[in-house]
Amino acid sequence: MSTIERDLLKRTDLEKALRRSEIEVADLKTRLAEWEERYDALPKRDASFSTVSGREVKPLYTELDHSRAHKPIGYPGMYPYTRGPYATMYRTRLWTMRQFAGFATAEETNQRYKYLLEHGQTGLSVAFDFPTLMGYDSDHERSLGEVGVCGVAVSSLADMERLFEDIPLDRVSVSMTINGPAIILFCFYVAAAEKQGVDVSELRGTVQNDILKEYQAQHAWIYPPEPALRLIVDMFEWCSDNTPKYNPISISGYHIREAGATAAEELAFTLRNGFEYVERGIARGLDVDSFAPRLSFFFDVHNDFFEEIAKLRAARRIWARGMKEKYGAKNPDSWRLRTHCQTAGVTLTAQQPENNIVRVAYQAMAAALGGTQSLHTNSMDETLALPTEKAVRIALRTQQILAHESGVALTIDPLAGSHYVEALTDELEDEAMGLFEEIDEMGGVVLGIEQGWFQQEIAKSAMRQQREFESGERITVGVNSFTEGSSDVEIEMLRIDPEVEKRQVASMSDMRAGRDDEAVRVTLAALTEGCRSKENLVPLILDCVRGYCTLFEIRAAMEEVFGSYKEPVFF
Amino acid sequence: MGDERKIRILVAKPGLDGHDRGAKVIASAFRDAGFEVVYTGLHQTPEMIVSAAIQEDVDVVAMSVLSGAHMTLFPRVKALLDELGADHILLTGGGIIPEDDVAELELEGIGRLFGPGTSTSDAIAYVKEWFSTTDEA
Repeated sequence: MSTIERDLLKRTDLEKALRRSEIEVADLKTRLAEWEERYDALPKRDASFSTVSGREVKPLYTELDHSRAHKPIGYPGMYPYTRGPYATMYRTRLWTMRQFAGFATAEETNQRYKYLLEHGQTGLSVAFDFPTLMGYDSDHERSLGEVGVCGVAVSSLADMERLFEDIPLDRVSVSMTINGPAIILFCFYVAAAEKQGVDVSELRGTVQNDILKEYQAQHAWIYPPEPALRLIVDMFEWCSDNTPKYNPISISGYHIREAGATAAEELAFTLRNGFEYVERGIARGLDVDSFAPRLSFFFDVHNDFFEEIAKLRAARRIWARGMKEKYGAKNPDSWRLRTHCQTAGVTLTAQQPENNIVRVAYQAMAAALGGTQSLHTNSMDETLALPTEKAVRIALRTQQILAHESGVALTIDPLAGSHYVEALTDELEDEAMGLFEEIDEMGGVVLGIEQGWFQQEIAKSAMRQQREFESGERITVGVNSFTEGSSDVEIEMLRIDPEVEKRQVASMSDMRAGRDDEAVRVTLAALTEGCRSKENLVPLILDCVRGYCTLFEIRAAMEEVFGSYKEPVFF
Repeated sequence: MGDERKIRILVAKPGLDGHDRGAKVIASAFRDAGFEVVYTGLHQTPEMIVSAAIQEDVDVVAMSVLSGAHMTLFPRVKALLDELGADHILLTGGGIIPEDDVAELELEGIGRLFGPGTSTSDAIAYVKEWFSTTDEA
């Protein structure tokens, strides 16, 4: 057979297939019309048929709603990773059960970590107190009343050493939620590992280090965007050379969503932030494949079960496409989006808090069906105060029941091919692409932040949800409906003793008394100088840290050159 | 003019906590309800809040605290208001504040504190009610 003959044959085959599918589609449409007629004739419940993000949902989805040829779902572990970042997913290893914890002093949190590890938790996640998150020492005047309250206070290497006492840092992966001063806390961590005698190239874990979403939603910033972005690229560069198994960033949608964004906004803003970091790395002259494989993500898992699953699937596909096609990454590890998830704190209710166990359980199930790599499940009492040990145990048990009893971990991406889930995945991807265009037209992420665009979009969505809740259009069980029994809350509460602040302040002054003041002065001055140059700042900060310079001292040494961020105020 | 005067309210975020969803929702809801609203922005010290309250000549200061530092921040703002002769200003607010603490703060002269799940209309009604009883005096 000649080439021409072969081509002709191929063409006839294609035409036949096309005709066949045209007939099938016509047939489908006829049957769908028949069903629609019946559906229209019958009464409907008086309710809003939209997701919590305000997305109108059709009463029925069929193959006509998706199966677009340009959005193949493919196979797990293969481009574009819609079905999961790894070929074997939970058959090789279940997701990491990683509960976020931290309170009071390093000693007390160290005890909680040991408790969690003994109960089968497989990774640690550090919650810092507000002073630490903002780069203030425990004995700074702005820290008054907040030391150790919402997380653990870590003001120097000494605190970090106590935090991980008897926890070998080469064997446990540790995630740290810190952003404005992330580079400083990361250096505390590296130096604490050195003190344990651990080879730092063996360190596994993640530092959140996502400053863009701080300006947009979470608001724990220090420096203006440009120097803050430089610090992040310094981390990319240093980590790819020195701590190759460590994730120097966790690009986070969680806080964007919790602040009020819709699922599509969370998806779009997070991924666009991610691409911004990639562009900044490339602009530094880094090979995209040298740092992109270590970029990790963090999404919220909110109430709408299917929309959340679709969001995670869409996120993987958008990231893979962008990294391969737009940024020219060649290493498949650069295309693969790996994510941590947390159930949505904002959905928990102070009324009938036991109901939160149920909310958390199905949000956790959505995270597993969406193919998450690690998961934090919230404790039922978190709208009231810090979680008690009992509440934390129930939250962890929820994940264990999900993993070992429910069957969701048996097969990979079990909802693939569901007309609804595939249609939602396509829709969310399209919406995100639309939002990318809007951001680009506005002049990019940093300009959008400076003009307050992201902040206003998020606030608008929050206001819409509040209105729906107050009008009763959106039901929150136990709060605006089914409220009988809501007033008798009998929950034990964990309280932070005000003595904690005093103890922490005292231990700071002991630490200051025992260090070499000259070394402190010299290393801090070198850091300030470094900020004026283009030098990578990680080694300079490590020098400060090893001599027990404090968090605020290091923050201030850089602030001298970088200045501080002023938010655009509006509501 | 009595009833005609718009009630002026300062929505404030004291301390280091950046969770401003509630503060912004409250600020918008009060504005929509016809109040004159000033929002401080984030990371305010008690001194900054009290000075803004006096400068803006507000009737009410509404603080949003989700950081657990309420037992430090509310009494501090209250003391400063009293010290500067601004004790006619109502200090109210909301956030994650356990019931026992709410009771204790009320004893110290702080107005109602609203918890999670509050309807903005309840907060608005409370402030209007307070204003109508004090404005007569």
